Amino acid sequence: MSESEQKLEAPSAKPTTPGGQTAGTQASQLAGRIKDVIENEPVALFMKGTPQFVMCGNSSRALEALRAAGAPVTAVDILPDPSIRQELAELSGWPTIPQVFVKGELVGGADIAQELAESGDLRTILEEKLGAGYSDGAEERVVDVLSGTRA
Amino acid sequence: MAVERLESLLQDAFPDAAELRVEDRTGGGDHFQVTVESSSFDGLPLLEQHRLVNDALAEPLRDGTIHELRIKTRGTT
Repeated sequence: MSESEQKLEAPSAKPTTPGGQTAGTQASQLAGRIKDVIENEPVALFMKGTPQFVMCGNSSRALEALRAAGAPVTAVDILPDPSIRQELAELSGWPTIPQVFVKGELVGGADIAQELAESGDLRTILEEKLGAGYSDGAEERVVDVLSGTRA
Repeated sequence: MAVERLESLLQDAFPDAAELRVEDRTGGGDHFQVTVESSSFDGLPLLEQHRLVNDALAEPLRDGTIHELRIKTRGTT
């Protein structure tokens, strides 16, 4: 056994059996969809509620910080199923909601997003990672990680 | 009381803290504002500073004591 406390990578997706879905494959599908959002969306916001109907003060602060910086936001509501929050925490190593990711990298929660927005550093981070024109035509979208659909 | 529990966990994690405050934001005993000034944060990016606080409070975060957490960290330099 290694002495190090290194966190184990999630095992790669198990082969799926056609017809039958076990709880295990559902969980790994969910983890896969969450990972997909984190890695492929320019800015991902995991929040309670949606940008149209925010269900928590901290989620609202993170969203407003991103809006103030003109960021495109892909939001994921974690409330529909507790497993979303659980899988997310395992992937990110961050215990609380909301969580903001830019180009696959965790920026932080509500307090960090707000501090960075107020100092102007959020714009700098967005420019560095997404390019100077990141806010051109920036939109807000919602992804449903349970079904894989987006709106 | 939850405030005392959080304070003592933070004191253990940041024994040198120049400032250490836990406020019950709503009076309900589950929404907290935590403020810590410590040399442990010197030179660390904000994300890592907050991670140290989250780590110190891992247990109350996990067991549901903390419903909402706001963090303010400051280094000493």
